Amino acid sequence: MPTGKGQIGPELQRLIDLLAKLPGLGPRSAKRAALYLLKKREPVMRPLAYALAEAADKVAACSTCGNWDSIDPCAICADAERDGSVICVVQDVGDLWALERAGAHRGLYHVLGGLLSPLDGVGPDDLNIGRLVERARAESVKEVVLALPATVDGQSTAHYLSEHLAGCAVALTRLSQGVPVGGELDYLDEGTLAAAMKTRRPA
Amino acid sequence: MQFADEAVVLSARPHGEAHAVVELFTPAHGRWAGLVYGGQGRRMQPVLQPGNGVRAEWKGRLSDSLGHFSLELVNARAAALMQERLSLAGLSAACAVAAACLPEREAHARAYHAMSVLLDNLDDAQVWPALMARWELGLLAELGFGLTLDRCAATGTRENLIYVSPRSACAVSAEAGEPYKGKLLPLPAFLRGESAEASLADALDALKTTGYFIETRILHPAGRQLPEARARLLELLAKTNN
Repeated sequence: MPTGKGQIGPELQRLIDLLAKLPGLGPRSAKRAALYLLKKREPVMRPLAYALAEAADKVAACSTCGNWDSIDPCAICADAERDGSVICVVQDVGDLWALERAGAHRGLYHVLGGLLSPLDGVGPDDLNIGRLVERARAESVKEVVLALPATVDGQSTAHYLSEHLAGCAVALTRLSQGVPVGGELDYLDEGTLAAAMKTRRPA
Repeated sequence: MQFADEAVVLSARPHGEAHAVVELFTPAHGRWAGLVYGGQGRRMQPVLQPGNGVRAEWKGRLSDSLGHFSLELVNARAAALMQERLSLAGLSAACAVAAACLPEREAHARAYHAMSVLLDNLDDAQVWPALMARWELGLLAELGFGLTLDRCAATGTRENLIYVSPRSACAVSAEAGEPYKGKLLPLPAFLRGESAEASLADALDALKTTGYFIETRILHPAGRQLPEARARLLELLAKTNN
């Protein structure tokens, strides 16, 4: 017999409804997650509830770069070991984490909070661009890396930023596009192959 | 119901966590939206960039269902233009204008083929701004708002036509337009097919004129404005011209 909403108490139903709003979870998987949490009340559910409440209270966007952290400026901006002369501009915090995971960048970051997208009504005022220009004007900054997606919106945003940063005395660079590590040419899409050929370099 | 057709990708919006609702412009079926399963995935993202040419197969239970597309990339235009600031702005503007102006599910084959020519020439900076203006002029005509550019609205003359009347959408000669020139729109010679040569300044003038009529004749009655991407393109072209 199916378990309808009427057969679940309001507290539990509210938990399921909220869990179902999380990415990757639907109503059925939210029920499974809720049952799991109830079974693991002490080791998982209470710490999770505490962690959620604490994150909701303490985590905020860094006033310098837009990264999420419980301190302001965030741990990356406050790290004296990092190279303050290079700022890497990313779309979202997820991209910042990806670059940190790769260990490819030891400088600072700037999180735009989205991309210019005329179709979705996202304009320059909706993004963290003003603060980026301010930061790029600082004497210590020598390079701004535009690490934005290789999509029409991503590259349109990169061109827009290039224009707005042109007055700052910084080198503007962007990520190159091409063959991924482990990628076989036969399986690559035509666009990536064309970009790779266009940006080829001496062997 | 189902059909297969070539198409240009106009836009793609996320649908749920994995899929996308994609708007295509096809020659035989016009602007058509449909669901693309896995449209937010790594395999489909490069295909769903605006301006790309695709081979599309649409299937729906009923003809008025949203239905779903199976797409195959044919012409990766977006990737080829990503490094070119102006061309990319042109690509975005053309797709945004087509998406804003074309009625859904109404075939406009001539507008489609002209758009394909425009998109295929976006790497030639000498040519495409004028092509874009001509495409918009053709789009206006295709949608029933064509401009009369072969004779003067006031005197009937076919000589020295350098203005367009914003009210009648007809050409106006230099002499007849002189007292009203502040209110008239520019008419570069290439837009009338008199000259094959078009400078960037001519193309800008032509885009101002076509933009005015697109906005007032097509978009305003539907409660819409010219797309922001087009305004941005004009801004960039004006900067380049200066």
